Amino acid sequence: MKELTASGQTVDEAIQSALEQLNTTKDQVEIDVIDEGKKGLLGLFGSKRAIVKVTIAKNPIQEIEHFIKEITDKMNVNVEVTTITKGNHVTFEMHGENIALLIGKRGQTLNALQYLVHLALNKDNKQFYTVTLDAEGYRGRREETLRSLAWKMADKATRLNKKVALEPMPAFERKIIHSALQKQGKVSTYSDGVEPHRHIVIKP
Amino acid sequence: MKSLIESIVISLVDHPEDIVVQETEEESKMVYHLTVNEDDVGKVIGKNGRIAKAIRTVVYAAKTDGKKRIYLDIM
Repeated sequence: MKELTASGQTVDEAIQSALEQLNTTKDQVEIDVIDEGKKGLLGLFGSKRAIVKVTIAKNPIQEIEHFIKEITDKMNVNVEVTTITKGNHVTFEMHGENIALLIGKRGQTLNALQYLVHLALNKDNKQFYTVTLDAEGYRGRREETLRSLAWKMADKATRLNKKVALEPMPAFERKIIHSALQKQGKVSTYSDGVEPHRHIVIKP
Repeated sequence: MKSLIESIVISLVDHPEDIVVQETEEESKMVYHLTVNEDDVGKVIGKNGRIAKAIRTVVYAAKTDGKKRIYLDIM
């Protein structure tokens, strides 16, 4: 953590000087006033300078953004990361060339990265965050694919009047399928098996 | 490659100073042997090896200049 002790004629001046030295703004720091200082007589005798301690407040989400950049850099992929925070849900969107390398087959690299990011973000923070890591809109495209897969498989199940089992998927992908088929009355869905082999079964 | 493994593991453990990654070249593959502080073993392996698997997936996905396969050995 970066911190700095600075002094000035008044508390405000001391803070100002600390912010300049740390190259940051007031809303990103925590300020401790150590000594408020004294004006002294005519500003000459008995004056004491104000002393403040300024600490750069850790922004865990920003740190994770750097973490993602660092990891992808070392994988020889150049990405830009944009972050959207909604309550305790954080979405990191990666944009750049060669992004396919980060997605992997059926998103397995992206899912692994997402899990590592989730662990890093929740490691020593009091607040719990859920994480979505997206690459060039992959999650959105995948959702479309999964929906149409769900419809197709539901059709197959009713046509054959047999249970249809899908391949294993992570929880958030199964959720998409469950909710896609929920309103449709002909089939019901449930999940079977133990993680990481948990998969959806569509029952007519 | 070595620094990629290190930066991933640093974010997971409580004792980053004890992370050691040893690189050895074998005939057909590059072997990276990772050791961490005793207290952190669970943090890099995870329930049912879930974290270890995620680390391997990311590490194996990284492009390398060498033609050799990469193998990550944990503990």
